[in-house]
Amino acid sequence: MKFTGTAHKYGRDIDTDVIIPARYLNTSDPFELAKHCMEDLDAGFVSKVEPGDILVADENFGCGSSREHAPISIKAAGVSVVIAKSFARIFYRNAINTGLPIMEAPEAVDGISDGDRVSVDADAGTITNETTGVTYTAQPFPPFIKDIIEKGGLIEAVKEKLGA
Amino acid sequence: MPRPMTITEKILAAHAGLPEVEPGQLINCKLDIVLSNDVTAPIAIKEFKRIGVDEVWDPTRIALVPDHYTPNKDIKSAEQAKMVRDFAREQGITHYYEIGCMGVEHALLPEQGVVVPGDVIIGSDSHTCTYGALGAFATGVGSTDAAAGYATGEAWFKVPESLLFVINGELSPWVSGKDVILHIIGMIGVDGALYQAMEFTGSTIRGSSMDDRMTICNMAIEAGGKSGIIAFDEVTEAYVTGRAEREWTVYESDPDATYARVIEIDASAIVPTVAWPHLPSNTRPVADSRDVRIDQVVIGSCTNGRLEDLRIAAKILKGRTTHPDVRLIIIPATQQIYRDAMHEGLIDIFLDANAAVSTPTCGPCLGGHMGILAAGERSLATTNRNFVGRMGDPTSEVYLASPAVAAATAVAGHIALPDDLD
Repeated sequence: MKFTGTAHKYGRDIDTDVIIPARYLNTSDPFELAKHCMEDLDAGFVSKVEPGDILVADENFGCGSSREHAPISIKAAGVSVVIAKSFARIFYRNAINTGLPIMEAPEAVDGISDGDRVSVDADAGTITNETTGVTYTAQPFPPFIKDIIEKGGLIEAVKEKLGA
Repeated sequence: MPRPMTITEKILAAHAGLPEVEPGQLINCKLDIVLSNDVTAPIAIKEFKRIGVDEVWDPTRIALVPDHYTPNKDIKSAEQAKMVRDFAREQGITHYYEIGCMGVEHALLPEQGVVVPGDVIIGSDSHTCTYGALGAFATGVGSTDAAAGYATGEAWFKVPESLLFVINGELSPWVSGKDVILHIIGMIGVDGALYQAMEFTGSTIRGSSMDDRMTICNMAIEAGGKSGIIAFDEVTEAYVTGRAEREWTVYESDPDATYARVIEIDASAIVPTVAWPHLPSNTRPVADSRDVRIDQVVIGSCTNGRLEDLRIAAKILKGRTTHPDVRLIIIPATQQIYRDAMHEGLIDIFLDANAAVSTPTCGPCLGGHMGILAAGERSLATTNRNFVGRMGDPTSEVYLASPAVAAATAVAGHIALPDDLD
């Protein structure tokens, strides 16, 4: 999987309440959830994000609630990949399970500024800041998790396991 | 001989069918209980249906608790609750709790004996870690993990490293389990235990009540923890006896088990604590927070809506009334707690103090309903999160504290200790 887009950069401890506020959790419709993505952190996010754009954040991205509505809204808003220094563990599982590409790459986060053009080769695990010309390497996924990603998410993996 | 293991490693090894496990190892575990609520079950049900199996793995081991937006807040919430109800009926789910039997999930399942010591439990709610108080491994997951759990009764885990918190000594007056966990989160930060199991021990923990233990384990997630756990002892035994619906298994850490870190805490150094906006780690002593005026106080939630919490609040509110500028909302976490509070006369004390007493619901904790804040308003709550916009408008603020501080604050109109009142 290869993506190119504009980086939208945020700080540390971005919680799932600001990614998708609970007042919108009375639905699980991705289109509805996308309209309010990042609303309480950056009310302008939805109007500026273009399909393929890249979310960049510091440590502990996606902390707090287990709501899968968070990765769903990010994906449905058009974000192609989230690059962070680290992810909160439930968000990490949810992203893998639902097929939202994520990469742990502390050096890349430090080397990318808001508005930079960034291209990502998720299979090779490389991140290139096209604005500065510097390429970074993300932490590789363990084979067990790579297997879930390659099957297209947890449900596809379970289907295969159960022969359903 | 297997390697020396922590309680968490032993529970996970037993459920993976392995003689031993070590941190970092990826394993597949058999689950004892899978939990979802009215916000997370609808996605889990949709994903379950995509798997293509007709029936859940075991209808007696899935718990569905519509507690977040119930009694239904609006039409969309009603549709979500209906979807959960229809699925529960179709699958013959035995642990489905309708309004009138429902409680806040993490107070309800231990109370009803659905989760027991030694279990492995996943729940599509981040505060599932509460059940660690019983000596179980319990962790929050997303809806898709829950869906896979409905279908297979299994989940994959990376065996976490463990942090050992050894808390010794006597707690000072008005210092509770809530202050202990806020103190710890303030010390290690909101990702201080990221991906790790937080094990609590020491004389303070051994001397604590089950309600306090649940409060402590409940907020492990606020330090990024995968789980919180307290080993089985006579307090656990007294709690589960007569309510556990299955046999339980007792595990304990080997004395020479390996921990990523051992953190020793002197209980006498813990003071009544408030987490200021907008992170649970942003803690300050109540003594340094008295200038903050408060518009609303909420006593309830999976963190502090249990009987002992209500008793403490009632002790302070008895014979007093809420400050005229404060709205006090008290939410017993389950029907049983509500009934017990009524029989003990606590509800009369609350009504006499001008509190609004509600049927069980998560409601205001997550900004769902039953006490949403307007722009710029401030709430002090016994809940677990104070993120931006958590209880309402993005410019509103939430301060987290114990039931004692909450009750005193409701009377004083600003953040206060019970001893500050006349």
